[in-house]
Amino acid sequence: MEAGGLVPAPARPIVVRPRRQSSASWPLIDRIGYWLCWATGIALCLIALAIVVFMFVKGIAYLRPALFVKSPAPSLQQSQSGGFLDPIVGTLIITAIGTVIAAPAGVALAVWISEYGRPVSLARAVESAIDVIAGVPSVVLAIFGLLVFSESFLGFLSQNAVNGSVYGRSFFAAGIVMAILALPLIVGSTREALAQVPDRVREASYALGKSRASTIRWVLLPSIRPQIASGIALGMGRIIGDTAIITILLGVTLTTEGVGSVPLIGTLRGTGSTLTSYVYNNSPAGEGNAPQKAYAAAFVLLMVVLALNALVTRLTGGRERGGRLSALRRALTSRRPQWTR
Amino acid sequence: MPRRSGRREDQRTERMLGALAIAVLVLIGAMIVTVFVNAWPSFSSNGLSWFGPGGNVDTQLRAMQESTPLPGHDISYFRAWPLIWGTLLTTVFAVVLALVVSILAAVFLTEFAPAPVRRTLEPVIRLLAGVPSVVYGLIGILALAPLINQHLISNGRKQSVAYVVQLNGADLTTATVILAVMITPIMVALIAGALESVPLPWREGSVALGVNRWRTIVRVSLRTARPAIVAATVLATARALGEAIMLAMVSGGRGFAANPLDGLTFLFEPVRPLAATIVQQSEGLTIAPLAHTIYAMAAVLLVSAALLSFAGWAAKQPLKQYGIRA
Amino acid sequence: MDPLMPPPVRRIALDHEPHIAPPATGPNGAGSGAVAPSEAHRRLTRPDPATVRERMRIESVWLAYGENWVVRDVTLPVRKGEVLALIGASGSGKTTLLRSLNRLTEITAGAARAGRITLEGEEIHELEVNDLRRRVSMVFQQPNPFPMSIYDNVAYALAEQRPPRGRRRRRTAELEQAAQEALRRAGLYDEIAADLDRSALKLSGGQQQRLCIARALAAEPEVLLLDEPCSALDPISTATIEQLIVRLRESVAIVIVTHNLQQAFRVADHVAFMHLGELIEYGPSEQVFDRPSQQRTRDYISGAFG
Repeated sequence: MEAGGLVPAPARPIVVRPRRQSSASWPLIDRIGYWLCWATGIALCLIALAIVVFMFVKGIAYLRPALFVKSPAPSLQQSQSGGFLDPIVGTLIITAIGTVIAAPAGVALAVWISEYGRPVSLARAVESAIDVIAGVPSVVLAIFGLLVFSESFLGFLSQNAVNGSVYGRSFFAAGIVMAILALPLIVGSTREALAQVPDRVREASYALGKSRASTIRWVLLPSIRPQIASGIALGMGRIIGDTAIITILLGVTLTTEGVGSVPLIGTLRGTGSTLTSYVYNNSPAGEGNAPQKAYAAAFVLLMVVLALNALVTRLTGGRERGGRLSALRRALTSRRPQWTR
Repeated sequence: MPRRSGRREDQRTERMLGALAIAVLVLIGAMIVTVFVNAWPSFSSNGLSWFGPGGNVDTQLRAMQESTPLPGHDISYFRAWPLIWGTLLTTVFAVVLALVVSILAAVFLTEFAPAPVRRTLEPVIRLLAGVPSVVYGLIGILALAPLINQHLISNGRKQSVAYVVQLNGADLTTATVILAVMITPIMVALIAGALESVPLPWREGSVALGVNRWRTIVRVSLRTARPAIVAATVLATARALGEAIMLAMVSGGRGFAANPLDGLTFLFEPVRPLAATIVQQSEGLTIAPLAHTIYAMAAVLLVSAALLSFAGWAAKQPLKQYGIRA
Repeated sequence: MDPLMPPPVRRIALDHEPHIAPPATGPNGAGSGAVAPSEAHRRLTRPDPATVRERMRIESVWLAYGENWVVRDVTLPVRKGEVLALIGASGSGKTTLLRSLNRLTEITAGAARAGRITLEGEEIHELEVNDLRRRVSMVFQQPNPFPMSIYDNVAYALAEQRPPRGRRRRRTAELEQAAQEALRRAGLYDEIAADLDRSALKLSGGQQQRLCIARALAAEPEVLLLDEPCSALDPISTATIEQLIVRLRESVAIVIVTHNLQQAFRVADHVAFMHLGELIEYGPSEQVFDRPSQQRTRDYISGAFG
């Protein structure tokens, strides 16, 4: 600690290193607040830990590789029979349909709102519509979907019952409604990302004579690929986790039941289950009453969601804190864009 | 690239994208209109007493399902008060509980937590926010409900209401607690984010005036974070209102209103929120009066969500004049 | 005097031969032209010796952030009835020294201190820190009024200090009285008396800074610390605040850190020049500006570095 040769360090410095301000001198009511904060923080930690450990322990207890390849099979010995191959396949199918529809639609909508957006009143209305979707309970979306898909002209998307009425429940139906569910997240992420691209990038491209569409396609979208990907991942997480739409729009069979003879389309027109409805059905609330299977499936579900979260964090370089949370926050509290273009 | 074809390409793109935007708008509009149109018959035949009390919702719904009207009433007879009451109870209790916990936890996270604790708590909160509701429902029905059943509900209490309902742990308390746990993570994240972005000059200025750290937090940081707290509450309430699956699994599902006059037992009586009822009755969407009733419930949910948004907007207005931007 | 020559830094009517002032010193040159140190702006009176009393004493103080000693062995008195200016180039430690006077350095992790700082004879480390900060108030470089009304800003610290006694109505009247008094002392009352409930953020920069001064004065501190209070303000506001500072010195001991040598000349009674953490020179302001005893002081004042 030489002081540059001019003045030596103090011979015997009574160095006072200050501690964090102790709360001992505060009035009682402030101290109560302080301790309450600490207590709540610790309690939250403990609860989170309890949930994770509980699911882990219960899930692992029953999880076996065989479960992943066997189909659900009802039997008297509930704990021994069947696996959840079909639900896993169901989850994959639903997520695929939902994402395939929502991703391009979401990005296109975000691009329109952010880069075009004329007339202004229409753009504001669309923004409000997206907010409405984000705020609507998924059950309402589900029953609306059921109504729509029960119309006869949409019978090709599900099966026709004997008396001519349309069943209205199928992978198609559920997948399409799931797409609506995921839309706000994708739109929100993409809009946020587009807002962060500085104007000078756009101006540079226009100055070179490129049209707006070209700029969007070749300049803007490639530059925000990670954010789009994270928005899609968030949307997928929402799709995977939702049960209400599945229960209402995917029918009641645990196994995948196809309709008609066309290979892929037949399955998509048919009914089945997903991990979420599988857990629901095997819990005391459904018919199954096989809690072990429910735990195992729930554990798998949890792992999938965890993986998605980790993916989102990695895609955004950890810059955005709480990927799903902040994306949801942004999607719902987004500021109005500037309509200068 | 020649300007002219660029412009045509722009126009084409703009038109296509605009069409997509209009399609989405039409879709949502159609949804809102359809729900209300299909709900109307139920409202019109019951009038305003649709919202009132009057018997057991379960029997009314079953009557509609079996197409045998209850004696003295027509087939669309429905009194939704128990459901509305159940929704109100679970939502309000859960949001209040979550609000208190979230504010305290957010303050802890941003101000008092030592760095290693904060580093572990943040991903944990993110994880909790992503857990699907069906998993929460599972934990509720298989872990929390039996716990409450065994330790908090005595046999005497069960006897006291045995003539009306069975207390088995799937009740208001379980539903409220799990719902609160579900909505806390996102509230904590929003509020903590707002607290962190309170400008340092304000905090430093307050401390330099001799105001201790706790009071600084309360009078400066939390005040500045108030728009975020409001936004978080609105978000959480919307989530709580719309939560169907978890509540369907955990809240007990008896179709009559929990009675606060029962004293403490009130906390252990089963409830039936609106959204959960819709899920549980979804099979009956093909039967006319039942379908109308279900849409009526959905309409109530939609209107509540709209009112919530408006309330949130209104709550933020007074603060704008002091320069606290939301 | 040739009107095109920049005004001299020192007083004009002196017995010995006048220096020709150098061109604008360092980054503060812009401010010098606007307000010439004419009679009206110079402090005309010396502080009355009877009112001068020592409030704080800084004894052999060393300050460090982590392993870095930022202030080395500084000894200074702070007296009520006079203004002490800390001048020096960036990095000289003057702001750190100022912030240590109300223990604000403690909110940074890793800050350490050696030496004694006493307020009215008591070591400040033994005082309760919030009590200390009410007795030694600080105004920052950037005006930082809270996002509340003007009245709430001024009454902010007051509401903490007075224990709630009596009925609410009486307490509010007391507070209102004290707030008005503080605003008057800060010279802001007349301009805003009409509407105290207006948002403080709507005031102009100079008004905001005076509001911050009023806020600091509301608790009737013994010492007022000012950290470059005018550096973000226009010359008119600067002049107003400087007059305010000179008026306040009767009742409060004032320590001001400033980059602007002309400002130090205008308002200060004693000047302490610091360089790289050490106290190079301390003395009455005429002596330091006219007859600096250290070469380094001479260099700084003449603009050789800055």
